[in-house]
Amino acid sequence: MTNENIKKQSKSIYDKKIINRALIDAFIKLNPKTLFKNPVMFVVLIGSIITTIMFFENIVKGYKFENLLFQFQITIWLWFTVLFANFAEAMAEGRGKAQADTLKKNKQATMATRETVRGTTESVLASSLKKGDIVLVKANETIPSDGEVIEGVASVNESAITGESAPVIRESGGDRSAVTGGTTVLSDWLRIKISVDPGQTFIDRMINLVEGANRQKTPNEIALDILLAGLTIVFLLAVATLYPFSIYSYQSCPHKAPDLFSLISLLVCLIPTTIGGLLSAIGIAGMDRVLQYNVLATSGKAVEAAGDVDTLLLDKTGTITLGNRQAVEFVVAPKIAIQDLADAAQLSSLSDETPEGRSIVIYAKNYGIRERELSDKDVTFIPFSAQTRISGVNINNREIRKGATDSIFNYAKHNGFTVPYELEREVTRIAQSGGTPLVVADNISGLLGAIYLKDVVKGGMKERFAQLRSMGIRTIMITGDNPLTAAAIASEAGVDDFLAQATPENKMELIKREQTGGRLVAMTGDGTNDAPALAQADVGVAMNTGTQAAKEAGNMIDLDSNPTKLIEVVEIGKQLLMTRGALTTFSIANDVAKYFAILPAMFGSLYALNANTHGPLWALNIMGLHSAQSAILAAVIFNALIIIVLIPLALKGVTYRAMDAKSLLQRNFLIYGLGGLVAPFPGIWIIDQILVILHLAPIS
Amino acid sequence: MTFLGICQIFFFISLILLIAKPLGLYIYNVLEGNNTLFSGILRPSEMLIYRLANIDFCEEMNWLKYTQCVIAFSLVSMLLTYLLLIFQNLLPLNPMHFGLSDAPAYATKMTPDLAFNTAISFTTNTNWQSYAGETTMTYLSQMLALAFHNFVSSATGIAVAIAVIRGFIANRVGTIGNFWTDLTRITIYILLPICIPLALLLVSQGVVQNLNPYLTFTTLDNHNQTLSFGLVASQEAIKNLGTNGGGFFNANSAHPFENPTPLTNLLEMLSIFIIPAALTYTFGKMVKDTRQGVALLTVMTIIFLIGTLVTYHFEAKGNPNFKPYNINYATNQLGDSGGNMEGKELRFGIANSSLFAVVTTDTSCGAVNCLHDCLTPMGGLITLLNIELGEVVFGGTGSGLYGIIVFAVLSVFIAGLMVGRTPEYLGKKIEKKEVKMAMLFILIAAFSILVFTAIASVINFPKDSFWNSFGSGTNNLNNVGPHGFSELLYAFSSCTGNNGSAFAGLSANTPFYNILLGIAMFLGRFFMIIPVLAMAGSLSEKKLVPASIGTFPTYSYLFVILLISVILIVGALTFFPALCLGPIIEEFLMRQGKLF
Repeated sequence: MTNENIKKQSKSIYDKKIINRALIDAFIKLNPKTLFKNPVMFVVLIGSIITTIMFFENIVKGYKFENLLFQFQITIWLWFTVLFANFAEAMAEGRGKAQADTLKKNKQATMATRETVRGTTESVLASSLKKGDIVLVKANETIPSDGEVIEGVASVNESAITGESAPVIRESGGDRSAVTGGTTVLSDWLRIKISVDPGQTFIDRMINLVEGANRQKTPNEIALDILLAGLTIVFLLAVATLYPFSIYSYQSCPHKAPDLFSLISLLVCLIPTTIGGLLSAIGIAGMDRVLQYNVLATSGKAVEAAGDVDTLLLDKTGTITLGNRQAVEFVVAPKIAIQDLADAAQLSSLSDETPEGRSIVIYAKNYGIRERELSDKDVTFIPFSAQTRISGVNINNREIRKGATDSIFNYAKHNGFTVPYELEREVTRIAQSGGTPLVVADNISGLLGAIYLKDVVKGGMKERFAQLRSMGIRTIMITGDNPLTAAAIASEAGVDDFLAQATPENKMELIKREQTGGRLVAMTGDGTNDAPALAQADVGVAMNTGTQAAKEAGNMIDLDSNPTKLIEVVEIGKQLLMTRGALTTFSIANDVAKYFAILPAMFGSLYALNANTHGPLWALNIMGLHSAQSAILAAVIFNALIIIVLIPLALKGVTYRAMDAKSLLQRNFLIYGLGGLVAPFPGIWIIDQILVILHLAPIS
Repeated sequence: MTFLGICQIFFFISLILLIAKPLGLYIYNVLEGNNTLFSGILRPSEMLIYRLANIDFCEEMNWLKYTQCVIAFSLVSMLLTYLLLIFQNLLPLNPMHFGLSDAPAYATKMTPDLAFNTAISFTTNTNWQSYAGETTMTYLSQMLALAFHNFVSSATGIAVAIAVIRGFIANRVGTIGNFWTDLTRITIYILLPICIPLALLLVSQGVVQNLNPYLTFTTLDNHNQTLSFGLVASQEAIKNLGTNGGGFFNANSAHPFENPTPLTNLLEMLSIFIIPAALTYTFGKMVKDTRQGVALLTVMTIIFLIGTLVTYHFEAKGNPNFKPYNINYATNQLGDSGGNMEGKELRFGIANSSLFAVVTTDTSCGAVNCLHDCLTPMGGLITLLNIELGEVVFGGTGSGLYGIIVFAVLSVFIAGLMVGRTPEYLGKKIEKKEVKMAMLFILIAAFSILVFTAIASVINFPKDSFWNSFGSGTNNLNNVGPHGFSELLYAFSSCTGNNGSAFAGLSANTPFYNILLGIAMFLGRFFMIIPVLAMAGSLSEKKLVPASIGTFPTYSYLFVILLISVILIVGALTFFPALCLGPIIEEFLMRQGKLF
């Protein structure tokens, strides 16, 4: 599975292969055992079975053709209602299944070289590896199972998992020691301690997840299920008691009381089939959308919780800032020309391969200083040392030094120079505004000036955080910086709060404090020391590059290891809940129109003066539908078709916009509440017209 | 409709909105155990009650304990009432010798099934009466069996509502108060202090209050007439204030000894609405956001006004079939005594009768000052629908509040999802358990009303059946066709909704109806209280989630619209088919000139 693969899949909801497979699955899912889990559709299934039996009975009894035609259509459309719902679910599962197939292909029978107790090696099947086994993997071999590197350094191609083809380095110790089964060693070798039992590997879990094999209903889904089952029983009561009521009512009326076909039609139209039919599709599609962002959620519950998140903990480095400090300003000491400072700064950084060093070289070019070859001169580079916190270069007799403020000031004083007050002030200014000052000096003129290294906040972050704020989500920046620097960056990035000088302990404390206040916390992490916090957070997204411990502690894994994606995950979670709410509201609001179609049709003959006129309740036919039969059919057909019409919405989710709850509700209430109330009227009317034109229902 | 009539309706609701806040604040203080106006006088008696009944007033109960207390208290007092009624003939204060060999000819026998029905009826705050008070009940029964329940069943309802609110405000505490102290405080600090002056006011207007035997005299046209008496005023006060509604006399508040003047009529309507209205303020105060209570009160007021104006409109228009005969035709000629005056008292007129009918059915009171059977089909529809909406428009004392909270929870759950968060109400997440309990609440009402009406509409009794007279169960109806159906549907709706008013027209004093209606009342009370308290218990164990800008605000106008929609849609969707066969088709038929 490559990145392109994923993108292709995300574009094609209407992939032919998936549709074909879903069409077959829709029939397989008719199994009452599976349908029983969905009370709404189960009632429709029972209704379809009853009308089917009655239809055949009536053929034998020799009913008139027009009555049989009506009964046949009702029966067929009831079956379609169930099938359409099954189809929706199968469509949602389809994409996951396609992905699982790709994964399975990768998980072919690999062989592993296992070390034995005697120190020799043996060749075994990868699937027989147990926790604690030690294997040796050489270049161009596939890593047989998940584990921890205990020896060696190698570049590994992890595209089978992440879709990213650039190799990554895996080495023993530290935060880059975790390897995943199914990935390939490109160079060198690794000694790996297997950390999982067969069937529990990352790929196995991933296959299970995307297949939806052991998909469990989420808490909110269960609650919604109860609501829908409750409504179904309420409508069952309303329709079932209508039969005895009509027996009483038709006592003094020569016409026939409504038959089971119309009662079952009314029932199926009233129970919330739209949401009942699409509910599981919404859930599966939500998980799938998360996966399309290359985030692997271990459960639907985690995705749902993401929608509820109140507080986002974001690491500063890599998430909020670009991760590398860059030179943005040269501040000169008194009486020093800026070119001299730029020149010295560049010279001292030429051998510095860190991003900071490179940024100084590049920034100096703004002052007309070109990179140059120094091989012809007598040049000695002094590498950075943690003890002195100084690096530099000796060119002939000139010593240029660059480093932390205190160290260079001391160096200058040591060489007999004074520290100008102005420079001291500038250095403080840089520190206070969130930057890191690097001071430059030489042994000829003393202090030359300072380089302003700055953490560069990623573009668009401020807007992003403002959006989150409008959704009611607080962002907290986590950083190891001192509070002064942290505060400056926090205000530049527009986060709501920050935790400076963060340690695993105070990070954990922060999460617990937020949670005690009733807030749900989401965070990202990759290191082993993040694991407790990841486990404590309500939504913990572990980076795929992270350690095994971190990956196990979190409830989501970001295959691209891009911490910013937490925000997308939150949005998907919200969208998931919104889609459910929107379709539930729509489904219930639909019922009003259906009453105005079916009730006049059922009781139109009550108290009619003769067989050819309508009774008083026909006045409720405000849509002006043609006949009792066409009205009932139109309602049933509308009810079935609306499921098909809404499948794309269920799979894609309703449009999400970052806004406060009040405006969001207002918008969705208008679209899905009011829309749901109004839409069926024209819908049923059109179907009624078509039915009459096609002679599928009597004109009056 | 007349201008004056509409003014009276708005004057009434304005008074209610005016009193709601101070009374709500007083109720809040009483239930918080704060010092109030009457603490000095009443605290000793409160303490005495605790000591006598061996109540630990510091105990905090979890939902299960609270529910057990509610049920145990109700069942025991129900049984005592049953026994008292059965043996009322042997007990004192029976000047008319009911149940004795020398009882007057018009006396009704207190059968076990009637006692069963009545005991349930008064314990459940329903006050459905299969009997006529003045021909069945001894004075002792009225005072001890019935008036007692008028107080405590109302107090129980309020206590349950308060317990539910405590479920919302408890932050992982798990307890929802102490039923015994709630019951005691509500009765002696709230109900009694209002009832005493109210009863005196009623007496001043001519409501009787004595223990005399009935007075029989000969009228000017030489007929014998019997005037019945009793301790009417004292019972009348709590009948309305506690939204009980069981009249001392059969004619209920239409009787001149119960409700003699337009002033008493206003007082009675005010006392019916006032506690349910005030409780919304108490609710807001308890959840520390009075806007929440105002939102609920707004929802109630809007539905109430729609119902009242619709009823008034149709009653004022009268029956179009009478037009050719120039009788009772429309208020524009006769003022407020025009229109459909059938079954109404002249001293109240159309506006005050329509208003009373809506007030008494919006709340689960059930006192009546006109015959609901004689309302126009649309007027009858409103009264029926009011009950079937779940008695949440003001509703019964306490039961109205917890009922509307259930609907609020459902609204928040359905629509709250549309903001993209797990729905929250008042800082508590609405999850599986809450939805389950809320749905049970809705289901039980639908079940009891629809299934029992269905049984009654098709059942047939053999000759000499113990249960009912021979033939169809619908033979007990006065009317045929859709009107008969309305009478039947109304009876079961009224009992399930614990309203207790009768459309009338159903002869319900047979074992079949007494028992079936008794079961409906029992289900409608306790099988709704249990899920509601279970919900409160579940909520009390949850963490309070602070509101953020991402939380769906449940005090906004949008929430008001939403809650109204959910109440109307759930109620209408459940009962619209049945209503079609009753008042709706009757209205269409009336326009065609066919009456029932």
